[in-house]
Amino acid sequence: MSVTSGSVTAASETHRVGRIQSFAGRRRFEGWLMVAPAIVVFLALGIFPLIYSLVISFQRRDLMRANTNEWVGFANYSKALRDDRVWNALQNTIGLTVFGIAIEFVLGLGLALILVDELRGKRFIIPILMLPVMMVPVIVALIWRMLWDNQYGAINQILSWIAGHDVNIVWLLTDKNRSLVAILVTQVWQWMPFMFLIMLAGLAGISPDLYEAAALDGASWWHTFRDITLPGLANVIAVAILFRAMDAFKIFDLIFMMTKGQPGTSTETVSWYIYDRGRQALEMGYAAALSFLFLIFVTIVATIYISRFLRGHEA
Amino acid sequence: MSTLAQPIGMNADALRQQRAHRRRKRLTRALRYAVVLIALVWVLFPIYWIVSTSFKLPAELLRNPPVWIPQEPSTAHYRTIMEEKGRVALKNSLVIGVSATALSIVIGSLAAYSLARFRTGGRHLAFWILSQRMMPPIVLVIPFFLLLTELGKRVEQLGVDRYPPLIAIYTMANLPFVIWMMRSYFAGVPAELEESALVDGSTRWGVLWRITLPLTMPGLIATATFAFIFSWTEFLFAVSFTRTESVTIPVVIAGLTGAQGSNWGQGAALACIATAPVFVLGLLVQRHFVRGLTLGAVRG
Repeated sequence: MSVTSGSVTAASETHRVGRIQSFAGRRRFEGWLMVAPAIVVFLALGIFPLIYSLVISFQRRDLMRANTNEWVGFANYSKALRDDRVWNALQNTIGLTVFGIAIEFVLGLGLALILVDELRGKRFIIPILMLPVMMVPVIVALIWRMLWDNQYGAINQILSWIAGHDVNIVWLLTDKNRSLVAILVTQVWQWMPFMFLIMLAGLAGISPDLYEAAALDGASWWHTFRDITLPGLANVIAVAILFRAMDAFKIFDLIFMMTKGQPGTSTETVSWYIYDRGRQALEMGYAAALSFLFLIFVTIVATIYISRFLRGHEA
Repeated sequence: MSTLAQPIGMNADALRQQRAHRRRKRLTRALRYAVVLIALVWVLFPIYWIVSTSFKLPAELLRNPPVWIPQEPSTAHYRTIMEEKGRVALKNSLVIGVSATALSIVIGSLAAYSLARFRTGGRHLAFWILSQRMMPPIVLVIPFFLLLTELGKRVEQLGVDRYPPLIAIYTMANLPFVIWMMRSYFAGVPAELEESALVDGSTRWGVLWRITLPLTMPGLIATATFAFIFSWTEFLFAVSFTRTESVTIPVVIAGLTGAQGSNWGQGAALACIATAPVFVLGLLVQRHFVRGLTLGAVRG
């Protein structure tokens, strides 16, 4: 009796295991089938062009001259490392990214701290503050180029009122630092709300119990901020800076619209310089090599950042 | 209750303290409003500037010091730009944006469902997809330009200045975003709900179509809106792969406003036409904004 029942159980057990396995197998097959179209798109439009570009980067491909496709080894790469314009562009890109994000972060967090508690009209204030994020960067650049204009712009006019005498500063195209400041402010205008919105969401996620406990302990505003708010926001800050930096590092539209790298080549950024070499000077091999160096640089920075600040955090 | 009870047994000292406390609170609130007001002016002034510019005729447009409120507002710029260039740009941006959004939503949602429900490829696949978004787009400009020039010689529709290449590129560029967003929305649908329907004999596709998709519809709409806004605002690929026929709005605006003062009015008019619908769309899905900005990492 017991023997038969045991063998019956064993039989049904193997049957069930088999069914579960085939079920899991089908699920896995279905799963990959659903991902397949996306992977095909990435391979065809992301990975393949990348490999193609790697090949080109070892060639001299000057579309202005005869299309020779001559193999030159690492010549494009060694030229890039000795090119002053590359280093200047990298410096500008890093500077605009670091200063831009620092200002956006401080202003955005400050504004979020002010607006996290109830305030009349908050429902209408927040949507207005998010408008710049939705705008076309080219349009933002157009607006600010009109505002920065030394003759017809409002900025010099407002500065004149403040100074009490006529201010005529040529912001764009004549001086490197003034141009970069103009670009920086323009960028901050569009992206400060990005930091603000994310910080606001992060602040709303911190448990009010913590603040109550701190208030009972008689903690000062600064101590509460340092010991509760900042640690509570740490992950959100790390994510916000990562996404913002990924975007800021690509900066191209503002340069195209506001300075085109001028005066001279002093306000070029990496994306602008590569575009200038490739799409305008048609030095495809060199531009491809520059893109690869840029990609390697971005990958290294991103990897270090993610492993340092986002470890254990399921993005 | 406590506020009512307190004043009865209160001595002068406590009363003074309470008054000081209340005064400080009122001061803080006034300060908060002041900062908010500055922020609102800071955000709205440039937007006001382009709207007012679009109504200024050259006489007011190019005046020093500038005119803040147009004295003779005119819709001339709107009419001029919409006669040709603006209309073409709007049509191109719309066709390219809608096509790329539809494609990326279909392809991306399927992949996202698979990642969320079957954990296909584990964390590695999800992060590989995310890493596609981290790639600076300029890296793809050079190879795409050469490939499109070659392809265009064989199949005209696949060359530079045609719709299909831009639609394909925007679809690819949108995919990581769509997949990560939709993955986070799909993960919010309890698996038990689907399993009970599966036990009742529905197929996987039936479950996805009739149960999961309706539940994630708000998220899907928000994701589609953001994908559309991306295509609508993208400039680098558009300026690299178009010339005259498939130029999008940002390219036309950039082309119009090359030098100081040149066609600022027309550029501003087109900018206003291009921005208004995006504001409306964006405000409709504002609840999803924070999620959208961080690819689902931070929930608003």
